[in-house]
Amino acid sequence: MPPRLELRNITKSYPGIVANDDISMSIMPGEIHAVLGENGAGKSTLMKIIYGAAQADSGEIFCDGKPIAAHTPATSRALGIEMVYQHFALFESVTVVENIALAVSNTFDLDALARQITELSNRYGMPIDPHRRVHDLSVGERQRVEIVRCLLQAPKLLILDEPTSVLTPQAVVKLFDTLRQLASEGCSIVYISHKLDEVQELCDTATVLRNGKVTGTARPKESTSAQLARLMVGAELPEMHVSPSVPSEKPVLEVRGLTAPARDRYGVELKNVSFEVRGGEIVGLAGVSGNGQAELISLLSGERTHPNALTIHIDGKAAAHLNASERRKLGMAFVPEERLGRGAVPPHALWQNAVLTAHRTGLVRNGLVDRKGANSFAAKIIERFKVKANGPQASAQSLSGGNLQKFIVGREIALQPKLFLVAQPTWGVDVGAAAFIRQTLVDLSRSGAAVLVISEELDELFEICDRLLVICQGQVSPPLIRTKTNREEIGLLMTRVDRGNGTNGRGEVAVQD
Amino acid sequence: MDLFIAIFTGTIIAATPLIFAALGELVVEKSGVLNLGIEGMMLIGAAFAFWAVIAGLPMPVAILAGALGGAAASLLFGVLALTFLTNQYAAGLALAIFGSGVSAFLGRNFGSAPIDALDRISIPFLSDIPVIGPMFFRFDPMVYFAIVMFAVISWFLYRTKGGLILRTIGESPETAHAIGYPVIRIRYLAVLFGGLMAGLAGAYLSVAYTPLWVENMTAGKGWISLALVVFATWRPLRVLLGAWLFGGMTILQLQGQALGIAVPSELLSALPYLATIVVLVIISQNRQMLALHFPASLAKPFRPAT
Repeated sequence: MPPRLELRNITKSYPGIVANDDISMSIMPGEIHAVLGENGAGKSTLMKIIYGAAQADSGEIFCDGKPIAAHTPATSRALGIEMVYQHFALFESVTVVENIALAVSNTFDLDALARQITELSNRYGMPIDPHRRVHDLSVGERQRVEIVRCLLQAPKLLILDEPTSVLTPQAVVKLFDTLRQLASEGCSIVYISHKLDEVQELCDTATVLRNGKVTGTARPKESTSAQLARLMVGAELPEMHVSPSVPSEKPVLEVRGLTAPARDRYGVELKNVSFEVRGGEIVGLAGVSGNGQAELISLLSGERTHPNALTIHIDGKAAAHLNASERRKLGMAFVPEERLGRGAVPPHALWQNAVLTAHRTGLVRNGLVDRKGANSFAAKIIERFKVKANGPQASAQSLSGGNLQKFIVGREIALQPKLFLVAQPTWGVDVGAAAFIRQTLVDLSRSGAAVLVISEELDELFEICDRLLVICQGQVSPPLIRTKTNREEIGLLMTRVDRGNGTNGRGEVAVQD
Repeated sequence: MDLFIAIFTGTIIAATPLIFAALGELVVEKSGVLNLGIEGMMLIGAAFAFWAVIAGLPMPVAILAGALGGAAASLLFGVLALTFLTNQYAAGLALAIFGSGVSAFLGRNFGSAPIDALDRISIPFLSDIPVIGPMFFRFDPMVYFAIVMFAVISWFLYRTKGGLILRTIGESPETAHAIGYPVIRIRYLAVLFGGLMAGLAGAYLSVAYTPLWVENMTAGKGWISLALVVFATWRPLRVLLGAWLFGGMTILQLQGQALGIAVPSELLSALPYLATIVVLVIISQNRQMLALHFPASLAKPFRPAT
């Protein structure tokens, strides 16, 4: 039997970078094949080439033994190759069934299609309502729509690009069940991920990429995480050092009965949120995105103020009515989720970006910027946090995600904050830089600062946090001690609230199973 | 009663060019392209149609000439904005200015004599009904055609796969491209359709509304059409109602001037523009509706990735 898909010597370069360098691999019918690699290893480019959304500079692709000519997404789909994108290819303003009608190329009979969707989605254990607008769906539900859309085509090969990055642990289990069922029916699956445990649980074989090259193939179920990680990273990962925390007597950040309306129709209302973070500890806030994190972050950072000053105390002072600059004066520092655009001005040089928040440290005198001072300030951050950059003159957008994040975190830490807020600290950051950033956060807290980490990566929170909070539908759970809880408990809390009463449409937000 | 009928029919007629132009632009904007050049395309359409009439061509051919003139002008915009990815605002403004220049140039030899206007048709039997007859059944064919176009466009946008594709391209051309739709080609078609409709609007002005060549005869109606589309929150029915509102205000202020109301005539002339915008601003306050119907990628250049 010929392989379902075979790649021979695929090479693709973009200006200044070889994204895929002489890649060969093959996938048999019914096989679940992992493509493992860090961010920037070339996984996504390779998938685009397989799907026909990008064309290789050289090399050949065979499907069931026949070469694919004039490769576009349309030819792929004619061959039964379907892809679920990491960033979903769905139109938000129209309904599920309309979205699916756009991708399946037969008659425009929405009622019949809706019945088909309901039937198929139930058969694979991931029910969706075909008449809801995509805009009102949670990320997990959107992913189901994508998968159902592919399944309607009865695919022979299904490509999934980092499908679990937005799912709760329970939803991941469901997804894996669906994928196994599909594979048992003969569908081949290409599973792209950088999460080793998932690959070990699900996949039969793995191709590991680093810097655009294949660095090895493995049978994940028979390999250790360390072996796979070495193939991925090219070196042993540094070990985390988490010493016991000694929390301060008084909280540095205290949130009391914080209630706030949603910012817009698609936002989430915060309901009576109370928690505290003490100096010397790291508190993690877990939750599926879209459950009020954005609202809470903007209220904590001061981007949005609250009329009742007493709902937020920073270092013992009422602060909810203060703007971001005034809160920074109280010793707060903040690393937002969006690095480009919020954390840094993309076209500006690093030294200019340093001045944005470090102007208080003497970099601005009589209203004039001290260029020399700012340059050496930026140079110190680059050196101390091992940022790979072309000096303080490099523009923020020229850095890779991980390096820019190191720079931004470094810039904020250089302000010696008493309170450190950080959202999604390692999103889109490669494994090595992520480990470094996590260690930095731990070190910062052990030196006495209060650190609040908002993250969707449970592994990360379990690795560094002393206490964990869970946000769901605008409500924050009581704190859980990291060492006395587990992923299952947190996962349940992430989908917990209001499941019984079903009072509002938004109740679906976090329900993933 | 006669006055009421006169105001009513006048309203419908005054609204007709706006209906054509604004519905055309609605389709263009729904595909995610902003063509600010309606005024220019209308003027070119007006000049082409007028020229065809004085050249002795039959009326339907003249109107078609106007439509094709508008489409040709829109093609120019299409090449700039869709093929060369220039800034759509700049390209549209350039087209508006270019169109007014071209029409003035063509119109140098048109003279000042009026032409025979497009005939009104009296629909047999129906037009003889008292009151209803003169109100609804004695218009020229273009008035009915505008209403038909409204029905066709509404049906196309919300009931057909083609309309769904057009709307989703306006939301996210990247996604549409990813699932295999020819974004640029579809946008070209939308732009050309918008040009045809603007050309029709111009033709209507020069051969039916005021069958007499006047330079800049659109008098800002292209710009009002643009505003109509935005304030109607990209919905055909609201465009239609907005156009009628504008038409009604136009006729009312003319009546007001005729009656000698003690308000400067310049102010009265400004009234339709002002009233239309105020009303539309008020009805477009609903943010949710706006978010739902706004073509999210409007005026953003798109080039398929390779």
